[in-house]
Amino acid sequence: MSLNIIVLAKQVPDTRNVGKDAMKEDGTINRAALPAIFNPEDLNALEQALRLKDANPGSTVTMLTMGLPRASEIIREAIYRGADRGVVLTDRCLGGADTLATSYSLAQAVKKMEGYDIILGGRQAIDGDTAQVGPQIAEKLGIPQVTYAEEILDCKDGHVIVKRRLEHGVETVKAPLPCVVTVTGSADECRPRNAQRVCKFKYAASPTEKNALSEEAAKRADSRCPDIIQEWNAAFVEADPEQIGFPGSPTKVKAIENVVFTAKESRRLENNDEQLEELIQELIANHTIG
Amino acid sequence: MANFYTDNPDLKHHLTHPLMRKIVELKERQYSDAEKFDYAPYNFDDAMDNYDKVLEIVGDICGEIIAPNAEDVDHQGPRVENGRVIYADGTQVNLDACRKAGLMGMSMPRRLGGLNFPITPYIMAADIVSRADTGFENLWGLQDCAETIYEFADEEQKQKFIPRVCAGETMSMDLTEPDAGSDLQSVMLKASQLEDGTWVLNGVKRFITNGDADIHLVLARSEEGTKDGRGLSMFIYDKRDGGVTVRRIENKMGIKGSPTCELVYKNAKAELCGSRRLGLIKYVMALMNGARLGIAAQSVGCSELAYREALQYAKERMQFGKAIIEFPAVYEMLATMKAKLDASRSLLYETARYVDLYKVYDDIAKERPLTPEEKKEAKYYSKLADACTPLAKGLGSEYANQNAYDCIQIHGGSGFMKDYACERLYRDTRITSIYEGTTQLQVVAAIRHVTSGTINTLIDSYRAQLAAGEPLKPELEAVKVRLEAIVEKYQAALASVVEKKDQTLVDFMGRRLVEMAGSIVMSYLLLLDAQRNDSFTKSCIVYGNLTDALVAQHCEFIAGFTPAEIDTYKA
Repeated sequence: MSLNIIVLAKQVPDTRNVGKDAMKEDGTINRAALPAIFNPEDLNALEQALRLKDANPGSTVTMLTMGLPRASEIIREAIYRGADRGVVLTDRCLGGADTLATSYSLAQAVKKMEGYDIILGGRQAIDGDTAQVGPQIAEKLGIPQVTYAEEILDCKDGHVIVKRRLEHGVETVKAPLPCVVTVTGSADECRPRNAQRVCKFKYAASPTEKNALSEEAAKRADSRCPDIIQEWNAAFVEADPEQIGFPGSPTKVKAIENVVFTAKESRRLENNDEQLEELIQELIANHTIG
Repeated sequence: MANFYTDNPDLKHHLTHPLMRKIVELKERQYSDAEKFDYAPYNFDDAMDNYDKVLEIVGDICGEIIAPNAEDVDHQGPRVENGRVIYADGTQVNLDACRKAGLMGMSMPRRLGGLNFPITPYIMAADIVSRADTGFENLWGLQDCAETIYEFADEEQKQKFIPRVCAGETMSMDLTEPDAGSDLQSVMLKASQLEDGTWVLNGVKRFITNGDADIHLVLARSEEGTKDGRGLSMFIYDKRDGGVTVRRIENKMGIKGSPTCELVYKNAKAELCGSRRLGLIKYVMALMNGARLGIAAQSVGCSELAYREALQYAKERMQFGKAIIEFPAVYEMLATMKAKLDASRSLLYETARYVDLYKVYDDIAKERPLTPEEKKEAKYYSKLADACTPLAKGLGSEYANQNAYDCIQIHGGSGFMKDYACERLYRDTRITSIYEGTTQLQVVAAIRHVTSGTINTLIDSYRAQLAAGEPLKPELEAVKVRLEAIVEKYQAALASVVEKKDQTLVDFMGRRLVEMAGSIVMSYLLLLDAQRNDSFTKSCIVYGNLTDALVAQHCEFIAGFTPAEIDTYKA
C-alpha cells in the first residue's frame, strides 16, 4: 500500500552549542548567534517516514515546516536523505506564534495537502521544548495521536503499530490511519545524505531562493527538480488572521530568569553497605535514578 | 558534530589542485552526461561542487559514525559461523551508512550506477575513512575491484556486477595462498572448464581480506601443467552461486574489524574475466596498482590520526608546570610528524592525479582513437603513475608507522595503555607497510624509475612549474636553493651506483636511492603547495631539513661503501 506521509520539521537555533551571546538582553533567543539546524528529533521522525516509504513502494514523503523563507534549507536537507518534496509555510503575519497558533497554521497547511495517511514529527523542538505542536495538530485535524514513538513496527490494513518509549518501559499501541505520530530522540538516527541525491537536488530551490539565482541556475533548478520546494502563505492555507501569529497566541513571555544551581543541603554517609543501600532506595523512590 | 572532511582544510587544498580541471573535463567528456543523468554536473565548477558535497557526506559519516564505532569494532571483531563471516556490529552499521549514502562504486560510470568520480576525490574519501577506522577502510576500499571489472571484463559482466557494487555489495580480491604470498606466480587454485564451458574453482586461498564478500575477483590456474604466471587467469565468483566457504579468520595484531579469511573453493562456479593467461601479468598488476594507491591513502589517514592524537595530547598534558608541547623535544617531534604527513599526502594526490589522467585516456581510447598528442600524454602520465605509486605506498606507509610510533611516544606511559586511540592506531598502521606489496617490494617497483630517469623527469617538471609560476615567495627561496644542491648530490650518488653496472649493488642500495628520490619529489611538491597556500610553509621548511639530512646520510653511506662489502652483509 502506498502512503502519503507528511513529516513536520522545524529549523531551530543550535541550542546544543550555546555561546555567551546566545540570549538577547530581553531574554529572547539571539538567532543570529546560533547556527540554524534541523531540529534533531524531526530527523528521527524523518527516518521513520523513510522506512515507511522503503517498505511501501510508491509512497511519498512531504516535508512541512513553518518559519522564515530560509527554512527551505532543512527541506533540502530532508530531500538529500530521501524525502520527495516540501512546503515552507512562511508569512510575516505568522511570526511570533506560540504553540496554539503554530499548530493551527500547520493544521491549515495539512488540510491544503492532497490527502495524507500519516503525519510524523519530532517529539519536540530544542528551542521551545514544549512537545505541544504535534498533539495539537492531531486535535485540530480530529485524528488520533501517538506520542513518544520510538519505532513504527508495522503499517498495514489502515493501521499503524507503534512502539512508545515511556518513562518506565515500552508500550506497543495500534492506531487507525490517518494519525499523528511524534517520535523521540531515542529512535534510530536518520540515515545520511545520499551522494546521488545531493548531486541532483542541490538545485532544488524555493521561489524565494530562485529569485536570487542567476538565470542559468534557475533554469537548472527548473529542469532538474521543479517546484519540489514550495512556499505557502497564510492566505493560501486559508488561515483566520485572528488565530495566527501574535494575535492568535495567548502565551506571553512575562519574564525570563537565569537559574543557577547551587547545593542546598548535604548529607554525610558512613562508608558501609547499609547506608549506601538506604540512599539507593531513597533515590529510586523519588525517581532520581532507576 | 565532527566532520573529518571539513575539519581538515588540507584536503580541499589538494582537491582544488590546478590539474583537476583537465582531469574533470576529460573524465566528464565535456559534461555530456548532464543531458542523460539528472545528477551529472553541467560544468567544471559544478563537478567540483559535487565532489566537495559528497566528501562532506564522507566526512560526516566518518566523524559521527565510523570513528565512534572504531574502538568497539576493534574489541569485538568479526567471527565465522557455518562458513560465513559475521561482521562486528559496528562494522555492519558503518557499511549500512556507506550504502545508504551511496558511497560505493564512486568512480564507476553513471550508466552502471556510479558517481563517475575521478580517482582523486575517491582516494580522498579513502584518506578520510582511514582516519576514522583503518580496518574499515579495507572493506569500503575494496570497491576498487570494480575498476578491474570495468577495465577488463566484457559488457555483460559489467552490466551484471558493477551496478551491484554501486548498490553496496562488497568485494574481495582472492589472490594469495598458503604458498603464494609476495610470489603470486606460484598460485595453485585450480580453474577447470566443464564440457558446457562453465568454469569451476577448487582449492584454498589464504589471507583474503573480506573473504566472504558478495563478489570476488579470483586468481586461479586455468592452464593445466603450467607453473608460472602465464598459466593464471582472473575469475569473477558470485557468492549467490555458492561453492566458497570461510574455513577460519585470522587473529591479527591490528585492523581487527577487517576479516582476513581462509577460503575453501569446492567446485565453485565462476566466470572468466578478460582473456585466459593474462590474470597475473595484466589484470592483477592493474588491480594491485589500484590497491597500492588505496593503501597509500590508508597510510595517510593513519598519519593524520597519529598527528591529531599526538597534538591534542601534547597540548593537554601538563608536566613541570606547562603543557608538554612547549618543550623543544616534543614540538620538534610534532613538526616532523606533520611534515611527514603533509609530504606523503602531497605525493598521494599527485599520484592520484597521474592515475586519473592515464586511466581516463585509456577509457576514452575505448570510444575513439586518441590523437597522437593524447597518446603521448597518456604514456607520459602512465609512466609517472607507475613511478609514483610505489613511492606513495612505500614511503607513505613507513611515515605512517613512524608517526604512529611517535604518537605513542608523545603519550608516554599512557600511550602504552589501552586507554587511548594511539594504541589501536599503532597496531592498525603496522600492516600498511606489509600488504599489497611490502615496502621492500615497493622499492623494487620504484627503483627502475629512479635509475631510468623517470624521477629526474619529474623533478625537472617541478622545476619548470616553479619557474613558470608566480615569483617564489621569499620565505621559500632558501628552500628551493637548498633543494637544488640536494638534487645535485643525489644525482651524483645515483650515477656512482649505476655506473658500476652491478645489479646486486643497485638492489642493495635500492632502499636508500628510493628514499632519496621520494624525499626530493615530496620536497618539491611541498614547495609547490606552500607557494599556493601559506599553511604548508612550515612543513615545507621542516621537510626540506629532513630531506637534506637524509640525502646527506645516504650519500655518505654510498660514497663510503665498496661493493665487495656486500658479502659481509650476507646471512
